[in-house]
Amino acid sequence: MDTFAALSQGLTIALQPINLLFAFVGVMLGTAVGVLPGIGPALTVALLLPITFKLDPAGSLIMFAGIYYGGMYGGSTASILLNTPGESSSIVTALEGNKMARAGRGGPALATAAIGSFVAGTIATIGLALVAPTVVDIAISFGPEDYFALMVLAFTTVSAAFGSSVTRGLTSLFLGLALGLIGIDLQSGQARLSFGIPDLLDGVEVTTLAVALFAIGETLSVAAAGARADEIIEPVKGSVFMTREDWKRSWKPWIRGTFLGFPIGAMPAGGAEIPTFLSYALEKRLCRKPDEFGNGAIEGVAGPEAANNAAAAGVLVPLLTLGLPTSATAAIMLAGFQQYGLNPGPLLFVTNPDLVWGLIASLFIANGMLLILNLPLVGLWVRLLAIPRPWLYGGILVFATLGTLGANPSLVELGMLLIFGLLGYVLRRYDYPIAPVVVGLILGPLSEQQLRRALAISVGDPLALFQSPIALTLYALSALALFGPLLFFLLTGRKAPVGADED
Amino acid sequence: MSDPRLSSTRRPDKAGFVIAFGLAALALVVGWDAWRLSSINAHSAVGPAAFPTIIAGGLALLAVATAAEALRRGEVERPRDEFAPMAWVLAGLVGQIVLLPLLGFSIATGWLFAATAKGFGRGPVWAHFLAGTVLCFLIYVIFAKGLQLALPAGPIERLM
Repeated sequence: MDTFAALSQGLTIALQPINLLFAFVGVMLGTAVGVLPGIGPALTVALLLPITFKLDPAGSLIMFAGIYYGGMYGGSTASILLNTPGESSSIVTALEGNKMARAGRGGPALATAAIGSFVAGTIATIGLALVAPTVVDIAISFGPEDYFALMVLAFTTVSAAFGSSVTRGLTSLFLGLALGLIGIDLQSGQARLSFGIPDLLDGVEVTTLAVALFAIGETLSVAAAGARADEIIEPVKGSVFMTREDWKRSWKPWIRGTFLGFPIGAMPAGGAEIPTFLSYALEKRLCRKPDEFGNGAIEGVAGPEAANNAAAAGVLVPLLTLGLPTSATAAIMLAGFQQYGLNPGPLLFVTNPDLVWGLIASLFIANGMLLILNLPLVGLWVRLLAIPRPWLYGGILVFATLGTLGANPSLVELGMLLIFGLLGYVLRRYDYPIAPVVVGLILGPLSEQQLRRALAISVGDPLALFQSPIALTLYALSALALFGPLLFFLLTGRKAPVGADED
Repeated sequence: MSDPRLSSTRRPDKAGFVIAFGLAALALVVGWDAWRLSSINAHSAVGPAAFPTIIAGGLALLAVATAAEALRRGEVERPRDEFAPMAWVLAGLVGQIVLLPLLGFSIATGWLFAATAKGFGRGPVWAHFLAGTVLCFLIYVIFAKGLQLALPAGPIERLM
């Protein structure tokens, strides 16, 4: 089907009043959780999974995507005004943005972040609509051995991209893979790692693990930090309107950020953090007034903010076309698809074109809503930052346990929430990334399925895994992702930039 | 935090060893389970034990790598964590599990709210407990009645 015909068909679905409402709720929630420290889009979507179980799939997924996009907008607000990035992809924004806010230029900083996000989000969503059908055409010919190689690539890049070292990333990933083993093996009917506990036969719920690692783990580590973590909110001073000079200095970084963010997000390497670091470095080099960098240069806000929104759209390419999540939020959105019995991948574009294209079209609408929500209403969001932390974290835990109980009202489930929460605290304390654990739990069983399917076709000959050119290419890329940082170090003598964790 | 210059002495990182030990233990558990499964006759080319074996192997390798890193890098200085606030939050979570079957969602979760707030330095506990219980009752009404979530009911919830 012609892309534009499909997209306009999708637009008629996205414009239905009920779906507009879902998109609106999504972007509101997303902005709010993006602004608030301690909760992010991944956690929010995880909490909403059990509640949306009975709702319409298209509407719920539109809402989840709105939360994802909204989180990217809201994260910048917290970065600029609080110097505490609400999201990891806004870490770089805090560098220049908070300096601008302290210099009384918080308004223009917020404006360039919001408009840049809108420009980048719109261009990147067009990119998503154009690229997705091509990827689908290629992916249709993938065999199980190619899918397995693709997942190996996702594993290695997720472990290498997040966290402070590859060993730590891989450790997190293998924890997730081990948790993914728990439960009944669907092919042989054997119970694995269940130790005779009936509640474990169904496996570990994605919701429970994500909520525990993100909400409980985060709360414990902030509580343990005590007075160490006090924050100062910078009031928004001055006009939110940008001057002619601000516009002149912003538009090129927006475009450059977009073209860094979208491709990197769309690669199975994924993540929104790396392009923000690259964009910051690029703008610093290109800026006419390099001495302003470090003291509040608007380019240092415009570029990275555009890059993280473009990457958010990019991440949806492998998610929708290959069923491959490359960030924690994408992993939980995959679980969202699965709860409706939908499997993202090339077939979804054939079996549920209305849903896929409705979702893509709704992203344009969400972007427009977010621009309106974030510019004139920024004062409203700032007030969220003033919620006292005891109440904020108390509320986070109430909703965390509510979401878990809603999915499965059992005390064992709450016990698992507690244990995984402690695990989340230990991971944070010793600098291990969180996202690979969640990705491992979701992708582990899927990759095992592909592996066994491939080996069943070859009657158990493992060499068959390495005979397809596609698979070989993907393995080469995986090796590059694992050993790339080492190579970078050997060639330049500097440590490669790594992404941070997202929640 | 991984800056090697932070370590003044060359003593190995104790936490790293503990983590390595934990990974090794996990590798053993997964490996033992895989060994148990491999003795069961599978009807396909690859049985349920193959994938766990790979994961157990990976975990064992990572245990060695973590131990090696702890030796090589030496002791890492980490900011001291305060125990009391954490204990309050944990008491909130454990208390909720204990109270839930008897007293229902609102009271149990109200306690969780109060204990967490106390952990973050905001008291008194009883006032937060009351406020939390009222709040959670409202949540119960919205979610259990409006969205038909099956939340555990107690004396307060049965009044409805």
